[in-house]
Amino acid sequence: MSRTTIDLWVGFFVAIGIAALLFLALKVGNLSSTSSGETYALQARFDNIGGLKVRAAVKSAGVVVGRVSEINFDPEAYMAVVSMKVDGRYKFPKDTFATINTSGLLGEQYIGFEVGGDAEMLKAGEVIKKTQSAVVLEKLISQFMFSKAAESDGPK
Amino acid sequence: MLEIIRRLGRQITNRLWRLGFASRFFLAIILHSGTSLRRLNLTLREIYFTGVLSLIIILVSGLFVGMVLGLQGYDTLQRYGSSEALGVLVALSLVRELGPVVAALLFASRAGSAITAEIGLMKATEQLSAMEMMAVDPIARVVAPRFWGGVISMPFLAALFSAMGVFGGYLVGVQLIGVDEGSFWAQMQASVDVREDVLNGVIKSFVFGVIVSWVAVFEGYDAEPTAEGVSGATTRTVVTSSLAILAADFVLTALMFRGT
Repeated sequence: MSRTTIDLWVGFFVAIGIAALLFLALKVGNLSSTSSGETYALQARFDNIGGLKVRAAVKSAGVVVGRVSEINFDPEAYMAVVSMKVDGRYKFPKDTFATINTSGLLGEQYIGFEVGGDAEMLKAGEVIKKTQSAVVLEKLISQFMFSKAAESDGPK
Repeated sequence: MLEIIRRLGRQITNRLWRLGFASRFFLAIILHSGTSLRRLNLTLREIYFTGVLSLIIILVSGLFVGMVLGLQGYDTLQRYGSSEALGVLVALSLVRELGPVVAALLFASRAGSAITAEIGLMKATEQLSAMEMMAVDPIARVVAPRFWGGVISMPFLAALFSAMGVFGGYLVGVQLIGVDEGSFWAQMQASVDVREDVLNGVIKSFVFGVIVSWVAVFEGYDAEPTAEGVSGATTRTVVTSSLAILAADFVLTALMFRGT
């Protein structure tokens, strides 16, 4: 086979190889959605983060607006300190309420922002004051059981 | 009894000697790779022989592996009522593990054995010594282009394998069984991370490419210059590189996906 045909075939091979890599990155992966634009850091303190993990989504009104970048433990206050990277395009009011939610009954956990009405916006590095911890299913069930038991004891 | 110990010792020293020679050989290839990059058409020719000619087997196996994953995954997932997660299962298992590993195993038996046989036969017919006589370094002229051809082809082959596999999973899952197409792709995109999963898969396939090419050229160069020696070397290439791929895969997986 002559040299130019080999070059043509190698060019074809490399081209479809790169096409496959692009397919994996864009269609299979999520390169298009995680825009590498500017982000700013926010922090929030929770009593209990449940099963929240690093890289979990931060959502507001169901739309992903950021990711959890770090989870630490504050040994003085015995609280979890969650650092987030939020998309620079979105600003949130100072009295935004950060909650830990679960998608579906057993799905993965994410942080939800419920927006308040404050005129001042959160700046980079600030700490969100109002938070609500993860709902621990076992606690919920035991509370329900105890309240049921108390109810049935009541009338007697 | 003494004879057994003596034979054992001889085998161990022999293995160690070969390992040392292989490492020295690897360094020699790296040092001589400048010439193979300067004379690019030699390397291009090897990419053609190792990469382009492996395309058919890689694409067809990728398609079938993906289709089997689609069937098996659906069968298991629908018991838990989460058949929409089929896309995640197919994509993650291909991109992280099956793509690089199975493509490398196929590559070792398709291209690695051919490289070993070629270099071994060159040695048996004294072409390598003839080159040395003409002051042509056989490592720079014969070995390094084959090594780099394999190293360059491997990541592309693995990516093609994964892409074909995802397509096969899509064919079976969405077209044949009827999983919802939107959630198939959306859930896949939501849980496959470009850096964590796709890039790590590419790194894996690059490492496997180095392993397979290294073993193949070394076994060929080290083969006994007889017909028997060449056939033994070809077998050793497939066995050694397959074992090395699986062992390296464990190490790389332990390093990359330790679970956060």
